[in-house]
Amino acid sequence: MIAAGAQAPDFKLRDQDGLEITLEELKGQTSLLVFYPLDFSPVCTDQLSIYQELLSDFESRGVKLYGVSVDSAFCHKAFQDKLNLTFPLLADFEPKGQIAKAYGVYDDEWGTSRRALFLIGPDGVVKWSYVSPSALEIPGANLIFDALEPAPAG
Amino acid sequence: MSQPPPASGGDLRSSGGPPPPGPEDHVRGEGTSLVIVYGDYECPYCARTELLLADLPVRLVFRHFPVPSKHPRARALAHAAEAAALQGRFWEMHDSLFGDQGHLDDPHLWQRAERLGLDLDRFERDRRSPEVDERVTRDFRSGVRAGVMTTPTLFVDGELVSGAPPPELIERLRSA
Repeated sequence: MIAAGAQAPDFKLRDQDGLEITLEELKGQTSLLVFYPLDFSPVCTDQLSIYQELLSDFESRGVKLYGVSVDSAFCHKAFQDKLNLTFPLLADFEPKGQIAKAYGVYDDEWGTSRRALFLIGPDGVVKWSYVSPSALEIPGANLIFDALEPAPAG
Repeated sequence: MSQPPPASGGDLRSSGGPPPPGPEDHVRGEGTSLVIVYGDYECPYCARTELLLADLPVRLVFRHFPVPSKHPRARALAHAAEAAALQGRFWEMHDSLFGDQGHLDDPHLWQRAERLGLDLDRFERDRRSPEVDERVTRDFRSGVRAGVMTTPTLFVDGELVSGAPPPELIERLRSA
């Protein structure tokens, strides 16, 4: 897995509306890439729903969220509509899982991304990353806020 | 990009566990074990959990963890329970909502409020009030800080249990 301090691997992925998004375009802002296994699976549904509830908290800290899975843009569109998600979902669809592999979080056995988070600074450098021990474990949103606002050194 | 400091009380960093029961909490039951439930009235697993926990000798705290993007009525239902609480009928509304998750629209809420003998005008005002909104949000955020990521999530004497409680846990609590 790409660790903190490394340059985030570049990507060019389509979002749920078919629009291309590249890492280069995200420079200048803090971005959170949320890799998850699959649209519509129960655990992924909980994860993205709860992040959606906290979107204004992420935004007030200058962070933009991007979901990433191996599903197609059309599937992302349906999933986004179903959950009323307002952040983009990126399709790591063709070649399948290429970006998950570049970030070191592809699960060969399941053929999906693992559940992982990458906080990328405005300079394109990974500030923090996390991968779940299993697909059933959702990284708590509290961990992201811990990474965003480290406790003052005592 | 400007980054205004988060509003006061906006801290969402890990708290190391849920806050202990306070004066604002809804608590019922007697027992040596403390069970704090983070739940959502539109969540079927939460209703099942209620049934499993009923009659156990535990001190039970219920906190709101509504996830409207998944359950569109969750927030409105949490507000209804808090509005009932302001008339001293929290657990009655709580049991009513979990007892029948097939009737959760506004007219059903009015019927439930009437059956519980609530002042309906006050119920309507309260459930849309900023105070009730903040009350529910405080519960939700305390859950986020404690690591809640699905409903129901239980804290059984501090130990996090994600999802409906397994039979072994119910048995352990029954014989406690």
